Amino acid sequence: MNAKPKKIYLRVWIALLALLLLTWGLAEINLGPFNNVAALGISALKTLLVVLFFMHVRHEPKLTWVFVCAGLIWLLIMVDLTLSDYLTRGDVLATRESWRHSEQPFPLREPTTKTEGHE
Amino acid sequence: MNNSALQEQFAEMPQQKEAATLGMWTFLATEVLFFGAMFTGYIIYRSAYPQAFAEASHHTLVLFGTVNTAILLTSSLTMAFAVQAAKEGNTRWLFRYLLITVVFGVAFLGVKSVEYYKDISDNLWPGPNFKAGLPPESQIFWVLYWIMTGVHALHVTVGIVLLSIMALMTRAQKFSAAYYTPIENSGLYWHFVDIIWIFLYPLLYLIHRYV
Repeated sequence: MNAKPKKIYLRVWIALLALLLLTWGLAEINLGPFNNVAALGISALKTLLVVLFFMHVRHEPKLTWVFVCAGLIWLLIMVDLTLSDYLTRGDVLATRESWRHSEQPFPLREPTTKTEGHE
Repeated sequence: MNNSALQEQFAEMPQQKEAATLGMWTFLATEVLFFGAMFTGYIIYRSAYPQAFAEASHHTLVLFGTVNTAILLTSSLTMAFAVQAAKEGNTRWLFRYLLITVVFGVAFLGVKSVEYYKDISDNLWPGPNFKAGLPPESQIFWVLYWIMTGVHALHVTVGIVLLSIMALMTRAQKFSAAYYTPIENSGLYWHFVDIIWIFLYPLLYLIHRYV
C-alpha cells in the first residue's frame, strides 16, 4: 500500500519527461498554427499531471478543487477581458509596426507631427 | 507531538490540515494572477509582433532551457517523494529527499546563471547596445524574457530557502506522520514554480524553431 504512491510518481515523472521531449521535437516541425496549439496543449497536460498527482489534488476534498479552479478561472477572465480590448482596437499596437520603417524607431517622446497614412 | 501541533481554533488535526491546504491554494491562486499578468502581456505583444518574437526566440539557448526543464521536473519528483516520506513518518528519508530537491533547485539556478551570462555576452539585454540585426520589436521579447525568467528564478530561490528551513526543522524532529503540513505546503509551492516554468519553456524557447 505504501509503496504504491512512489510507483505512480515515477510513472508521472517519466510521462513528464516524455512530454518535454515531445514539445521540443514538435517545435522543430512546421505544423502551421498547430505549433502553438501543441506547445500550449502539452504544457496544459503537464500541468494537469503535476496538479493531480504531485500536488495530490485528486485526493483533495471538493472545496480544494473549487479553489484550484478559481485560480484558473480568474486568469482566464483577465486574459479574456484584456484581449477583447486589444484585439478589437486594431490601432492600439498596429500603428507601431510602422516605426520599424520610420526614421526613428521607438521614439522616446511623442512625435511632434503625427505620421498619418501608415495603416 | 500529536496534540501540540493542533491550534486551539481547530477541532481536530484533519480539519486544521484541510484549512492549511485551502489557504495555500488561495495563495497559489494569487501567484497564478501575478504571473498571469506577465503572460497576458506576452500574448498581447506576441500577437502584435509575431515575426519579431519568432526571430528573437531563435537566439535563446534551447539546450539550456530544455535541461533546466528536466531538472525542475525531476526536482518535483523528489519533492513528491519527500512528502510521501513525511506521510509515512520516515523523517530520515524526508530529510534526504528535501536535500536532493534543494540540490536540483541550486542546479537549476546554476544552469540559468551560465545561460544569463551567455545571453548578456550575446548582447541580448534590451537597450542601446542591443544585438544588431534584430527587428527593434524583438527587444520587447527580451524584456519579457528577462522579467519572466528573473521573477521565476526569484521564486526558485525562495523555494530553496523554504525547503532548507524545512530540512532543518526535520532535523529538529518537528515533523511526524501525524503532523507534516508545512512540508506538504512547501511542496505545493515548489510544484507551482515548476508549473510556471512548464509554460515559460515553450513560450520563450520554442517559437517557430523550424524556420
